[in-house]
Amino acid sequence: MASLKDVQLKIGGVKKTSQITSAMNMVAAAKLRGAQQKMEDFRPYTEKFNQAMVSLSANMESGQFPLMEVRDVQTVEIVIVTSDRGLCGSFNSNIFKATEKLISQYESEGKKVTLVCVGKKGNAYFRKTGKVRNGYTDIMGNFQMFNARAIAQDVASNFLAGEADKVHLIYGKFMNVAVQKPETEVLLPVQPEVSELEDAAQAGVAGDYIYEPSPTEIMDVLLPLYMNVMIYHAMLETGASEHAARMTAMDNATRACKDMISELTLLYNKARQAGITAELMDIVGGAEALK
Amino acid sequence: MAEKIKLEVVTPKGAVISEDVDIVTAPGIAGEFGVLANHAPFLSTIKIGSLIYKKDGTENELMVSGGFCEVSNNKITFLVESAELGHEIDVDRALQAKERAEKRLLQARERQEKVDRARAEAALQRALARLKVSKRQ
Repeated sequence: MASLKDVQLKIGGVKKTSQITSAMNMVAAAKLRGAQQKMEDFRPYTEKFNQAMVSLSANMESGQFPLMEVRDVQTVEIVIVTSDRGLCGSFNSNIFKATEKLISQYESEGKKVTLVCVGKKGNAYFRKTGKVRNGYTDIMGNFQMFNARAIAQDVASNFLAGEADKVHLIYGKFMNVAVQKPETEVLLPVQPEVSELEDAAQAGVAGDYIYEPSPTEIMDVLLPLYMNVMIYHAMLETGASEHAARMTAMDNATRACKDMISELTLLYNKARQAGITAELMDIVGGAEALK
Repeated sequence: MAEKIKLEVVTPKGAVISEDVDIVTAPGIAGEFGVLANHAPFLSTIKIGSLIYKKDGTENELMVSGGFCEVSNNKITFLVESAELGHEIDVDRALQAKERAEKRLLQARERQEKVDRARAEAALQRALARLKVSKRQ
């Protein structure tokens, strides 16, 4: 049986841990609010952007733009957006699992896979596989549109150089505070979603526009922007998901600490009681012997 | 003026302006253009410069950087990377940015670096547009 002193020390240690985890929980909650606000602010931009994209691409052939060119796939690039920090439960490992599944799927078809890792955790995890082409770390804390643009330019030039024939984007989608799941999207070649196209046709927004300069020239500007928007969106989602996941993880940890403390306190009290009983027995035994 | 057109300026950080105005003048890539109420559907890319709109006789100006604009249903929507009103602009910072960009432009010209040069030129244009807009206030 552990001595009184040992148990006391352990209780102190667990208490301190629970202080840290509950503080982290609160910090994550505050940061989540900020990240959600950022997502909220970005939504009107994406909505308008997609509308314009759809109305433009509805009356255009996709073959004429290099970024929309569908090629025979030999090399696949995967852009993985993870967090920079750990202690957020299974959030990052879920993304790793989804990525590994995709990698093995392509490799079983005999295709080459390269990776671009956004966020420190993904970079550290996949570095040893030797597939990482480029890594962007320490930007998830406070990122702006231009961070996304740098990544988009890198990926686009790699695609245009023929080093990759298809580019996927994997990130942690923020469903709600309790649920985040890895989401896979096709980044390149750019394919405006078919359902959106149908919507556009029904709404009758296609055609009848005056374009300045020509539609093709506008598209040349819009396509790289579209990539920026996709990547920025993925980073926003991952950011919010990370904080939500950390909140849940830290909440669980704090609860586990509380359970541990109450168990240890029980143990401590039992040990103390046993000590008192033993001492009493000694005193009674001594008094008995004196008679 | 009776008829108005709805002006919306949206950036990745949220909507900046959403109001009914009389006329909008914007820096299109093929030159400046003005839009009045009931304009035909129109789509244009925007370069770095100043966007001017008039509302009830008062003129307002804001600095916009690259993006595009769409006119439809008596509504003009700007999707730009950033948009700043005159009083929001940090003049000192813009001045510093201007000097920095000029210096880098010279360096890039000497070394004939295309990418650096394009970047420095964009930075210079942004700084100049900011200064121009801030002077108006």
